[in-house]
Amino acid sequence: MSMATTVTKAETLVGRRLRRKEDPRLITGTATYVDDIQMPGMHYAAILRSPHAAARIRSLNVQPALDHPGVAAVFTGADVAGVGPVPCGASLPGLRVPAHSVLARDRVYFVGHPVAVVVATDRYVAADALDLIEVEYQPLPAVANPEKALEPGAPAVHPEWPDNLAFTYHQEGGEPDRAFAEADVVVRQRIISQRLIPTAMETRGVVADYRGAEKSLTIYSSTQIPHLMRSLVAQMLGLAENRLRVITPEVGGGFGSKLNVYAEEALMGFVAMKIGKPVKWIESRRENFQCTIHGRGHVDYYEIAARKDGAVLGLRLKLIQDLGAYHQLLTPAIPTLSVLMMPGLYKFRNVSADILGVFTNCVPTDAYRGAGRPEATHGVERMMDLLAAELRMDPAELRLLNFIGADEFPYATATGLSYDSGNYAEPLKKALDLVDYHRLREQQQQAKASGRLVGIGISTYGEICAFGPSPATPAGGWESATVKIEPSGAVTVMTGASPHGQGEETTFAQIAADELGVPIEDVIVVHGDTAIVQYGIGTFGSRGTAVGGPAVYYALQDLKAKILKFGELLLESSDVTFSGGVCTCNRTGKTVTLAQIAAASYRAMKLPPNTEPGLVATHFWEPPNFAFPFGAHIVVSEVDPETGQVEIKRYVAVDDCGKIINPLLVDGQVHGGVVQGLGQALFEQAVYDQDGQLVTGELMDYAVPKATMVPWIESDHTTTPSPVNPLGVKGVGEAGTIGCSPAVVNSVVDALGHLGVRHLDMPLTPEKLWKLIQAGGQA
Amino acid sequence: MIPQEFEYSAPTSLEEALHLISDGSAKVLAGGLSLIPLMKLRLAAPGHVVDLGRVPGLSYIREEGGKLHIGAMTTHYQIESSALVHSRCPLLAETAAHIGDVQVRNAGTIGGSVAHADPAADYPAALLALDAQVRLVTASGERTLPIQDFLVDTLTTALEPGELVAEVIVDVDVDGATGFCYQKMAHAASGFAIVGAAVRVRRSNGRVSFSRVGITGLAPKAFRATGVESLLQTPDDVASAAGAVADGIEANSDLAASAEYRCQMARVYTARALRQALARIA
Repeated sequence: MSMATTVTKAETLVGRRLRRKEDPRLITGTATYVDDIQMPGMHYAAILRSPHAAARIRSLNVQPALDHPGVAAVFTGADVAGVGPVPCGASLPGLRVPAHSVLARDRVYFVGHPVAVVVATDRYVAADALDLIEVEYQPLPAVANPEKALEPGAPAVHPEWPDNLAFTYHQEGGEPDRAFAEADVVVRQRIISQRLIPTAMETRGVVADYRGAEKSLTIYSSTQIPHLMRSLVAQMLGLAENRLRVITPEVGGGFGSKLNVYAEEALMGFVAMKIGKPVKWIESRRENFQCTIHGRGHVDYYEIAARKDGAVLGLRLKLIQDLGAYHQLLTPAIPTLSVLMMPGLYKFRNVSADILGVFTNCVPTDAYRGAGRPEATHGVERMMDLLAAELRMDPAELRLLNFIGADEFPYATATGLSYDSGNYAEPLKKALDLVDYHRLREQQQQAKASGRLVGIGISTYGEICAFGPSPATPAGGWESATVKIEPSGAVTVMTGASPHGQGEETTFAQIAADELGVPIEDVIVVHGDTAIVQYGIGTFGSRGTAVGGPAVYYALQDLKAKILKFGELLLESSDVTFSGGVCTCNRTGKTVTLAQIAAASYRAMKLPPNTEPGLVATHFWEPPNFAFPFGAHIVVSEVDPETGQVEIKRYVAVDDCGKIINPLLVDGQVHGGVVQGLGQALFEQAVYDQDGQLVTGELMDYAVPKATMVPWIESDHTTTPSPVNPLGVKGVGEAGTIGCSPAVVNSVVDALGHLGVRHLDMPLTPEKLWKLIQAGGQA
Repeated sequence: MIPQEFEYSAPTSLEEALHLISDGSAKVLAGGLSLIPLMKLRLAAPGHVVDLGRVPGLSYIREEGGKLHIGAMTTHYQIESSALVHSRCPLLAETAAHIGDVQVRNAGTIGGSVAHADPAADYPAALLALDAQVRLVTASGERTLPIQDFLVDTLTTALEPGELVAEVIVDVDVDGATGFCYQKMAHAASGFAIVGAAVRVRRSNGRVSFSRVGITGLAPKAFRATGVESLLQTPDDVASAAGAVADGIEANSDLAASAEYRCQMARVYTARALRQALARIA
């Protein structure tokens, strides 16, 4: 038996750098995305969208489009009156929720607002027919800037709410007023986290197929949440939930932008039911920029209170959230995550936050990689650097002084969270060692003395993820798994988390193969089809592995108990161990394989007492708490004084995501996350002009970082297991993005600090920095 | 992202191509990296597209009479990787390597690029510095124009209806006595030049005996900065000469760069290009 244990340990797959099982189909171009789906009789939809940010629709004539050869149908707002509103899943006290029809009725509220849908026999005809629809708009004043929207007399986005306020939200902990009164030093700063466009490589797309005789609708959608979508779209269309099947084929990137239910899913369902033919709609890149949710969109006013010795006392925040014109699925909830995480990794006992949720004539904001936590981390990490500058302290020392201690976990924050586990100094110290911090500071002084603008930036981030206990999430916070051992012994894992690039087809197979002692090739992971997979929640908020993984683990434990019972029956012994894929009688040494056990369980000639045939187990796992990963990122940057261009000379990321199941996949998540953080820090910004036109409407204008613009990323880890789940994992999908932007900005502020620069808002474009350098640091 | 309906012709001879475009109503496709996106966005809606992709004899690089002749359908990648261009006209090879990415350079052509006359394209700067000529053909004849006369304004050339760019002819720098350099500040999203400076210089007895400076991105059309050339008397004049690059120019201004910033970046990149070109003289 001891020998068997040794063998199993040596062959453990969890922790190994395995290549992804997903990749062969992706890199050979044989994966199926929504646009790859073809069906007999397929029709194609194109959507007419508002060119105005605010306008009244005075008249709408679709007849010329209907007369166009090949056009099967045209639908407008009046036709879809029976379709339920686009859902908002977030609830806040006093939240104003505008009626959100799948097609505009008599008014449009943002550029790209859907007005009509044309259905034709091919997509070219549909696009041509769109141009034939006659719409007379009466343009109305629009407002695209959330602070301007709050000014008296600003145009009202929704006439019924002239103040443009969707909600206000207040949260405080401790005694913030007293902390600020007693502080030796108070530092204030306005900090912007600009609007970003998520830019998944695959745009959204929907295929809807209605079988009238069966009264059943199938929707294929590029989404992160097939089951939640099924529930919500069934409601919108008045369908019984068992008459709607949602299938998620390959998803070419979501980043939160597909954690949503959009007008188009119900709209295509409606169209398919009306015309009795399958219909496909594929979003163009321009539509993706105009109509899929944006991220961030904060104007934050921070105040930090501290003692002379650097001990932080309090933090205040006024958060102005640009919501856009409507609430999408989680729009109003996102800034509340910023408030929860505003203390970061520090012992802020006294905090106060006010959110002003503001309507603008823009596409809604919602979850985008990090969703509220990058904004919070950017804020607190900028404030820590501003405080360090004010007190003339080293920013690393100030952080080490204020970290929650490793012996203080679980730690109750002033915002009501319980941080699960942590050792915050460890990744920072490791990162400081990796860059040889003290020597680096000396080199920086020498470089600066010779006129070079070299800066060092530190960000120590914490994040809330693995959403989460159900009472704290808009949908259920649990995740589900079914593990089936087929009669041959082959293993099928069905996860309710709908992975779409995160690699759970590999990591869950690693877990299952370890637990059952079978080769990883014997395990497949199935997901993304509501007709096959038991109800689940989805993949977002770094929850796939941290919540979906334990569900798989517990389903496997149930199965192992059943396997053991069959082993005892077949070996006619009560002293049996299941290990390495075989049951062994500890007295005789006789064994039966998993395949033999599986066959016996289905053949069911004999059954153990109180045991059903078959080897299938389903587990719904509800986490007792969130998980809280953390880490330290250090950036060395140099600004070209002649041009203002920033060069990242070094990027060191030390992340602690708990136990690591597959280091290769964790590297990939960190790299991808950091690149998206660099995008925000240096390049990206969704720009609406004052009339509400999206100026950055194409990839020609909106700068997503390309491979050549990305520095070498040195990625390392510390490992602090989470006590929240049996795997000890925390989640890493968003960590890179959350840790990145403040490290970059802190480094550039540090590079320009001697010119008197205290703060810079993102993106750090060359012209912005050049102007500052020209002006000697005076904005 | 779907173009309007159009007629498509793929002629297999130059004569046929010239015949198809003779009435001036067709749009010529020569790689399609500019035309196709414009059509997909429905910003351009030509009724007839004539694709030169199957016309033989338009893709070549050859040296003739002390000049390099480059066929209109020669791709950026062919120019970038041509041993002949590297040895005879390295500035053009260096410039071609700055265009887009490898996929773009494998599809885009020099003829298509100059005929499109994008004010932020890379080639025009180099072609101005190379005293290039553009040979144009019609069904009935041909003419050759200096590049500065060919480029008229933003997206506007001297091409007459029915006329096609047949080849680009550039000066040859034979013996390494000519220093060259193309430097650009690329737009973070599009990769086009916010400003780009292409230069050629020769020295004699400590003085600059010859200079050519072509600038793209700064103004509504690429231009030759003759003011910079005349101020560049010695290698020590680089800063002051480059400082004149934007004199009298009405600079472009957009989301990526204000006019003020563009002018200053033109000065910076011109100076950098000149310094490197001078350092490269054998």
